[in-house]
Amino acid sequence: MSPLMRDIALLALAVALVLLALTLFGERMRARRPQPDTAVEVFMTRVDSWWAMFILFTLAMLAGSWAIILLFAVASFAALREFYTYSARTKADHLSLALAFYIILPVQFLLVFFDLQRAFAVFIPVGVFLLLPFVSVLRGSTERFLSRVSETQWGLMIAVFCLSHIPALMWLQRPDQEPGRGMLLIAFLVLVVQTGDLAAFYTGRGRGWKRIVPGLSSKTWGSAASGLAAAAGLGLVLFWITPFGPLGAAAMAAVASLAGQVGHLVLSAIKRDRGLRDWSHLIPGQGGFLDQLDSVIFAAPAFFHLTRLWWQTG
Amino acid sequence: MTSVPAPEPARLPAWRRFAARVAGQAIVLFARAITAVHADWRGVGPSPRQRVYFANHVSNGDMPMIWSVLPHHLRQKTRPVAAADYWLKSPLRAFAGAEVFRAVLIDRRAGERTDDPMVAILQALDEGASLIIFPEGQRNQGPDPLLPFKSGLYNIASARPEVELVPTWIANLNSVMPKGELIPLPLMCSVIFGEPVALREGEDRRDFLTRAAAALAALRPETRP
Repeated sequence: MSPLMRDIALLALAVALVLLALTLFGERMRARRPQPDTAVEVFMTRVDSWWAMFILFTLAMLAGSWAIILLFAVASFAALREFYTYSARTKADHLSLALAFYIILPVQFLLVFFDLQRAFAVFIPVGVFLLLPFVSVLRGSTERFLSRVSETQWGLMIAVFCLSHIPALMWLQRPDQEPGRGMLLIAFLVLVVQTGDLAAFYTGRGRGWKRIVPGLSSKTWGSAASGLAAAAGLGLVLFWITPFGPLGAAAMAAVASLAGQVGHLVLSAIKRDRGLRDWSHLIPGQGGFLDQLDSVIFAAPAFFHLTRLWWQTG
Repeated sequence: MTSVPAPEPARLPAWRRFAARVAGQAIVLFARAITAVHADWRGVGPSPRQRVYFANHVSNGDMPMIWSVLPHHLRQKTRPVAAADYWLKSPLRAFAGAEVFRAVLIDRRAGERTDDPMVAILQALDEGASLIIFPEGQRNQGPDPLLPFKSGLYNIASARPEVELVPTWIANLNSVMPKGELIPLPLMCSVIFGEPVALREGEDRRDFLTRAAAALAALRPETRP
């Protein structure tokens, strides 16, 4: 067994054990209550969704990089669909949005697949940003034009450009490492960010801590700090799947969790602006793809560029 | 053109029934893949009671959309009421309309028709089918949420009071494929089923139709693009 396969198997085993523990915990709570309890049922649906994501992601890792890229391209499609369902648009944007879904999104993920790093970095922020509004201009309607093209571009930045940095983490490996180890970095990012979010969510309740944005989110300074600490702790434990040392892994995990919590608040503000509670119902117990991925979407570019910087200077 | 009753499924050859079932499943899959269409059973549950789902009409995709979100066992017993001039235009549409959706085809040209559409509608109800109808009678292209309702809904309510009339709002479909566009956009749609509306004692046609339209318009989501 190659070291990479061994590490994938070890990590999968560890995550499966944690999920098994959560499932058993939920079943015990369920058995204790005489009547079905909503909080327990929501928790169980969430755990089931985590099982599904874990199984899909592990299978994709075993299949290889193309499967990981495909998995995130599908997630990107679903996230972009959620964003554009509630974005400002008129009939004049029909072709621009069709191009976003059917051309720009696949091209961005193909750039990841073919390892075209320079094109990957400029295609959406520069090329699409300059050219796509022109497609809307051609239809001749200037009604709310700036809002429309801005929201179209924001959707592409969040749901496609930032999200495509998750599979692009596969590029980040030192030449002396076994090919394919970058996949473990994706698992690392997703696990530490999600753990940070969960820790922030469950520690923040009923402690009287000061809210960061009262009226928008129940997140407090204290819960955010405990989220960072939990992420850093898990980063330390998982350092062996990363190219960093133990402290480096903990620091990177904390930074990723910080970016993730910021992203969660930003996307909550967008949801609030649109009068939404969840982006969709596609992931049972979690809401939509954007609800599930909001923090990872913001964490991925930060994590990506810091890792590069680390190697260039270190 | 006169109103044509849908062919009895049992009388069609087996391969045509099979083709209709495959085409039906393909339509359901396509609707779900593109629009992730979601059923919101707000006022009623998906129970096997006999019903008339009356819905807003903005696009030709409305009827397949409602049809797709119904659970399989309800879909088998639910027939859309649709315009004969549209669904008999080509052999493909005739196959889709009559065999896949098993539509109750009616002639919507009030002045020229020879058959009363109500006869076909009541006959389908008496055979035990649930129905999907669009009481606006045509696609709404204007800024108002609903066009004034035609009388069909009132006629059904007074002739068959035991049938539940369920307001059914289809949200967002007009952005998926606006009139004149060729490529459908993958945007999320939902179908919201409200509380049934019944004809009250002594209520006249106009009052009933206004109340039914208000019950339907009230289901329109608040979220704004």
